[in-house]
Amino acid sequence: MSEPSLAIRKFSDLANPTRFLALVAIVWPWLAGLTLCLFAVGLYLAFTTVGDYQQGETVRIMYVHVPAAWLAMMCYTVMALSALGTLVWRHPLADVSAKAAAPIGACFTLVALITGSLWGKPMWGTWWVWDARLTSVFVLFLMYLGMIALNRAMDDPTRAAKVSAVLILVGFVNIPIIKFSVEWWNTLHQPASVIRLDGPTISAEFLRPLLVMAIAFTLLFFTLHILAMRNEILRRRIAVLRRHAARAAGREGDAA
Amino acid sequence: MIALLARDLKLSVRAGGGALIGVLFFMTVVAVIPFGVGPDLNLLARIGPAILWIGALLASLLGLDRLFQAEREDGSLDLLLMQETPLVLTVFVKCIAHWLATGLPLVIAAPLLGLFMNMDETAIAATTLTLLAGTPAITFIGAAGAAIAVALPRGGLLVSILVLPLAIPVLIFGVSAVYAAIQEPAPFLPPFLILVALNLLFAVIGPVAAAAALRLSSD
Amino acid sequence: MRLVAEGLSATRGEDLIFQDISFEIAGGEALVVKGPNGSGKSTLLRVLAGLLPAESGTAKLLAAPHPVERLGEACHYLGHRNAMKRELTVDENLAFWKDFFGDFPGDAGVDVDEAVESVGLGGIAHLPFGYLSAGQQRRMAMAKLLVAWRPVWILDEPTAALDVAAETMFAGLVMAHLGRGGIAIAATHQPLGLDGVKELRMTGFAGVAETVW
Repeated sequence: MSEPSLAIRKFSDLANPTRFLALVAIVWPWLAGLTLCLFAVGLYLAFTTVGDYQQGETVRIMYVHVPAAWLAMMCYTVMALSALGTLVWRHPLADVSAKAAAPIGACFTLVALITGSLWGKPMWGTWWVWDARLTSVFVLFLMYLGMIALNRAMDDPTRAAKVSAVLILVGFVNIPIIKFSVEWWNTLHQPASVIRLDGPTISAEFLRPLLVMAIAFTLLFFTLHILAMRNEILRRRIAVLRRHAARAAGREGDAA
Repeated sequence: MIALLARDLKLSVRAGGGALIGVLFFMTVVAVIPFGVGPDLNLLARIGPAILWIGALLASLLGLDRLFQAEREDGSLDLLLMQETPLVLTVFVKCIAHWLATGLPLVIAAPLLGLFMNMDETAIAATTLTLLAGTPAITFIGAAGAAIAVALPRGGLLVSILVLPLAIPVLIFGVSAVYAAIQEPAPFLPPFLILVALNLLFAVIGPVAAAAALRLSSD
Repeated sequence: MRLVAEGLSATRGEDLIFQDISFEIAGGEALVVKGPNGSGKSTLLRVLAGLLPAESGTAKLLAAPHPVERLGEACHYLGHRNAMKRELTVDENLAFWKDFFGDFPGDAGVDVDEAVESVGLGGIAHLPFGYLSAGQQRRMAMAKLLVAWRPVWILDEPTAALDVAAETMFAGLVMAHLGRGGIAIAATHQPLGLDGVKELRMTGFAGVAETVW
C-alpha cells in the first residue's frame, strides 16, 4: 500500500496544481489571443462566402451550429477522460477538470440546440423538429444538467468528484446506445427529411470557414476550460484557508 | 445470496407494500391519460402501448431511490460492503429482488390496463412481453443512479433525472417492438432482440457502476 | 494470528482526523480505543473495517488461518446502527446475516437460538425487531456477532445504550471471543469491564490535511 501511494505522490508532483497554475498563467493569454484571431478569420470567411442558393443566408448559422455540436461531444469525451483520471489515477486535477468541463459543455450544447432551432425555423417551418441529431443533442443536454445538479447536491468535493466520475463513465458508455436508438426511432417515425451536411455533398467553399470556425471553437473551449479549472483550484485553496482559519481560532479558544 | 433475495422480497412485501405502490402508481398514471386525451377509443388503441410503456418506466423508477438508502439508514450497507461476495453480485441480487417485487407486478398488471386502452390481443401480448424483457434493464441502470445518489438526503428526484436519459433506449426499442408487432411491414424480432441485448448490457453496467459508487461514497 | 496496523492516517473531507497510528494485537487480546468525542475513534474503526480508505498506512491480519486480502473480510463490525430490519423478526434478521456472512475459516458461529440465548433474550426471537426496546435491539445486534465466526470484532460504542447487567453480559461475550483466540477492538467512553486489555488513546484533531491545493 505504501508503494502505490508513493507512486501517486510522485505523479501528483509532476502535475501538481501549483505547477498547473503557473502553466495556465503563461499559456492562457496566448491561447485566448489565438482564439480571437481564429474567430476573426473564421467569421470573416463565414460572412464573405456566397450563400447557398437553396438556403440563402441562413446557411451561415451552420458555422456556429456545427462547431458547437462538435464541442458538445468533445467536452463529454474530455469529462470521460477526466473521470478515468479520477477513478484510476486518483489525480486531483482530474476531479477539477471534470467539474469545470460540465457547465461549459452544457453551454455549448445549449448553443447547438438554439442555433439548430433557429436554423430549423426557415428550413422546416417550425422551431423544433424531433430529428435524430437534434434529439440526441437534447438528451446530451439533459445529461449535462443532471451531472451539474449532482455536483451541486454534494458538499464534499472529493466524494462528489468520485461519484460523478462513475456517472460520467456510465453516461459515456450509454451515449452511443442512445444515439443509435434515437436514429432507429427517427427512421421508424419519419423518413429522412433533413438536408445532410456531412459527407461529400458539402462543397469546399463551405468547408474552409467551417474548419476554421471548428478550430476556433475548440480553442475557445480549451481556454475556457483551463480558466475554469484555475478558478476551481483557487476556490478550493480558499476553502482550505478558511478551514485553517476556523481551526486556528478553535485552538486559541481552547487555550484561553 | 438466496438469503439476500429472500430477505429483500420479504421486506418489500412487509414494509407497508413497497411492491404494491408501484403498481398503484402505474394504474393511476394510465387511468389519467384518457382524461387528458379524451375517450376516443381509436386514439387510445393507437397510443396505448406507448402509454403503458411510459407508465411502467416511471413506476419502476419510483421506488428505486430506496434500494440502497434504506440499507444505509440502518447500517446494513456497511456490513454488505464489508463482505467480498463480491459486491457486484450483492448489488445484482438486490436488483433482481427489487425487480421481482416492483417490476414483475407491473408486467402482470399490463394486460389489464391494455384492455382499458382498447388494445387488441396482439398489442396486449406484445406489450406484456416487451415489458417483461425491458423493465429489468430499467432496474439495473436505475440501481447505478440509486447508488450514486445514496448519500443525498433528497436523492429520489435526482435519481429519476439521472436515470431517465439513460433509459431512453429501453423505451424506444420496447415501444417500437410493440408497434412492429401490430403494424404489418415492420418485423418484430429485431427491436425485440435489441431490447434483450440492452437488458443484458445494463445487467453488467448497472451493478458494476453501482458497486463502484457505493464503495466510493461510503463515509 | 496478529493484527498489525502501521502508520495509519485518515481524513474526512479536508480534515486530517488522525495520523501515524500504529499498533499490534495478537489473538486473544483486546484493544480499547479511548478519547474524547470527535477524536477519531469511529473513523479509525471504519478504516480498519475497510469502510473508509486510509490516507496512508496499512492494517493487515498476519498469520491468519486463511490469508485475507482485505482486513474487512475477517471482521465483524458493530457500528452505531444495528443493521437489523425493523419489519423482519429477530429470527429472520439473524438467520439472514448468518447465511450472508458465512463462517470465516478456522471456527464456526453458533446457531441463531443459541446466540439469542447468549445475549439473554431467549424466547422473544419470534417478534419483529421493531417491537423490541432500544436496549433489546442493541443486544440482538450483538447476537449478530455470534452467528457467524469472524476472528476480529470491531466494536464502536457497543454498550452505549445498555444498563450495567447488559454491559457485564457483553464483557462476557467479548472475553469468550478472546478465549477462542479472537481479537477485539472497541471504541468506548465507558469501562468495558474487560481485564488485561491494551489501550490506545486518541488525542483528536490532527490538523488540516496537507492538501495538494
